[in-house]
Amino acid sequence: MELTNLAPIVLALPLLMFMIIGLFGYKMTPKFSGILGTTAFSIVTIVCYYIALTYFFGSGRLADGSMAKEVIFNFEWLRFSENLVISIGFLLDPISAMMLIVISTVSLMVHVYSMGYMHGEEGFQRYYAVLSLFSFAMLGLVVATNIFQMYIFWELVGVSSFLLISFYYTKPSAVKAAKKAFIVTRFADMFFLMGILILSFYTQTFDFGPLTEVTNNHVAIVSETMGGVTFCGLSVISIAVFLIFLGGAGKSAMFPFHIWLPDAMEGPTPASALIHAATMVVAGVYLVARLFPIYFFEAHDVLTIIAYIGAFTSLFAAVIACTQTDIKRVLAFSTISQIAYMMVALGVSGYEGNEGLGFTASMWHLFTHAMFKATLFLAAGCVIHAVHSNEMDAMGNLRKHLKITHIAFLIACLAIAGIPIFSGFFSKDEILVAAHEASPVIYWCQTLVAGLTAFYMFRLYYRIFWYNEPDYGHHTPHESPANMWIPLMVLTVYTCTSGFFPFTEYISPDLMGFESHIHWNIAIPSVIVALIGIGIATFMYKKKTEYPDKVVACIKNTYHYAYNKFYIDEIYLFITHKIIYKCICDPIAWFDRHIIDGFMNLLSWITNKTSLEIKSFQSGNVQQYAWVFILGVLSIVALTIYL
Amino acid sequence: MSIPVEYYLIVSTLLFFIGVYGFVVRKNLISILMSIELMLNAVSINFVAFNRFVYPEHLEGYMYSLFVIVVAAAETAVAISIIINVYRKMKNIDTKSINELKN
Repeated sequence: MELTNLAPIVLALPLLMFMIIGLFGYKMTPKFSGILGTTAFSIVTIVCYYIALTYFFGSGRLADGSMAKEVIFNFEWLRFSENLVISIGFLLDPISAMMLIVISTVSLMVHVYSMGYMHGEEGFQRYYAVLSLFSFAMLGLVVATNIFQMYIFWELVGVSSFLLISFYYTKPSAVKAAKKAFIVTRFADMFFLMGILILSFYTQTFDFGPLTEVTNNHVAIVSETMGGVTFCGLSVISIAVFLIFLGGAGKSAMFPFHIWLPDAMEGPTPASALIHAATMVVAGVYLVARLFPIYFFEAHDVLTIIAYIGAFTSLFAAVIACTQTDIKRVLAFSTISQIAYMMVALGVSGYEGNEGLGFTASMWHLFTHAMFKATLFLAAGCVIHAVHSNEMDAMGNLRKHLKITHIAFLIACLAIAGIPIFSGFFSKDEILVAAHEASPVIYWCQTLVAGLTAFYMFRLYYRIFWYNEPDYGHHTPHESPANMWIPLMVLTVYTCTSGFFPFTEYISPDLMGFESHIHWNIAIPSVIVALIGIGIATFMYKKKTEYPDKVVACIKNTYHYAYNKFYIDEIYLFITHKIIYKCICDPIAWFDRHIIDGFMNLLSWITNKTSLEIKSFQSGNVQQYAWVFILGVLSIVALTIYL
Repeated sequence: MSIPVEYYLIVSTLLFFIGVYGFVVRKNLISILMSIELMLNAVSINFVAFNRFVYPEHLEGYMYSLFVIVVAAAETAVAISIIINVYRKMKNIDTKSINELKN
């Protein structure tokens, strides 16, 4: 089959499902809407796999050994001027093909899983409708042929994320979390739009084709039109791409825009798995990867900043994750930390040949992370389903009750900790190699984070599945139904195997691909650090001991800061409420209420008074009118006679 | 010997202003209607007088006065029926009592 005919299905079918389930869902039974959404999405998944596999193992490899950038279709949507056109299209290159697989796999598994997890919930049809909307938006985002199409779908994923976080809209905390997520990401998207506008103002194009075409170590269109232009002493290119990165930082929860992601865990767990772990939150990484040539050749300083922001965020989030007690929040901070890992990898990457390892590793980690983090979230969903609580204290010794979930969770924990043969090991190793070549500071920071990751993941694991059994009462936890554990198993298989796929041969910044092998000098220390982390976690949390309390007592202040997420939320509240509201908004509100409204009130007061005064003229008495009329006529006559 | 045109005009003017006065000051609907008839008749007298003295060979003025009489008759019929209805509802025909639409 021709890809040209197949590709539109990928976007059209989820959109159609959104409309059908969204508009007519209330007429369907919940079960039917779920099956409809899942069936339709399985077709999309098959098409995505077909497209991606045909690309990787067939049409994608050109004669000179590089990977092709194919535009499957591209139609004009809005035309502003001769050069400035917004198109909607379908771009197939190594990273978008890989993302098609990630999104379709995780989304399909979440579709299936949700049938069990969301069973009997109010608004089941609405959930499936929004899930379809999200899948549509995310697929549209990754296949975007131009930066503006990406921006449109970028906002669409933001909306569907908002709708899914606020799914339990009767809960005030969920409404608050949804509002927070939307406002924070929207605030960051404002910078993204500014960046797009600056970039397109100079280059007169939105298209990724020219924007990422490298000739003689320059992105010609960018360096020719923007090179040498400065604003406030900074190069305009750097400003534009840094603003674009800020948009990505908002979606990908980089410091200081990370505050929305932990709160977003108020949404249903499968939605968190899909949106806030596997796909949407990596959109920022994908954005930087998509524009990587501009970052690398035209604004290398920004790329360095990205690396440091990423390194800081990964450490910061890992420290917080060690102290949280809500299992979904631990996973959320772990997600922030792992996405920051990918950002670091992009930041330290080179461009040609082997030097592009960071870029490859970032995309590889994106893939493996999507799989093992989705597994972790779905497993956490099974746990929550079984004990009806998010808090660690309500769990313990669940390995006896949830055998399948236990195995899946353990494998995913091993993968995220970077233990050999599991997927996370391979991608993390490549990231560390790339970081090692670029900067020792970042390398040691990331190795430390690897250890912390192993520690907090196994802390979570032991607290859920070992530890002391709390009093479950007469309600003994039981394993989830098959439609929940089968997706879990499928994702676990991906978690085990995706490390063996030769990513480096297919995905690289210059599209040429390269050979890679495991660097044992880097891998061994990182594995040892991870094992130490696991060891400490085993020691402290396998059984109820007094060690955790002792450690907390030792580092009381630090623990307290970390437990309260370093008071970043409070700082935001302070800045917004105390400074912006009190010093700027309140005076403006006063001005509005008293000066502007006062002027308007004065006008209406004058009108009111005047009309009250002249009201008596309109008595409704015809004889009086006639009297006035006659007097008027007589006076006009008198005037014409005597003047 | 013929009566000069000014005499006709004086009569019609007096008649007209008596009508105006009655229309403005009387409170009884029947009286107001009668005042309107007076004004119409004043106009008719003007038509006839001017026709007689200015264009004796034409007949338009006479025709118009006939029109006025016919219209006045029709108008009176309508007005009287309205007044009767008002009386049935209000039990009087004072203009002051017809203020139902006010406020």
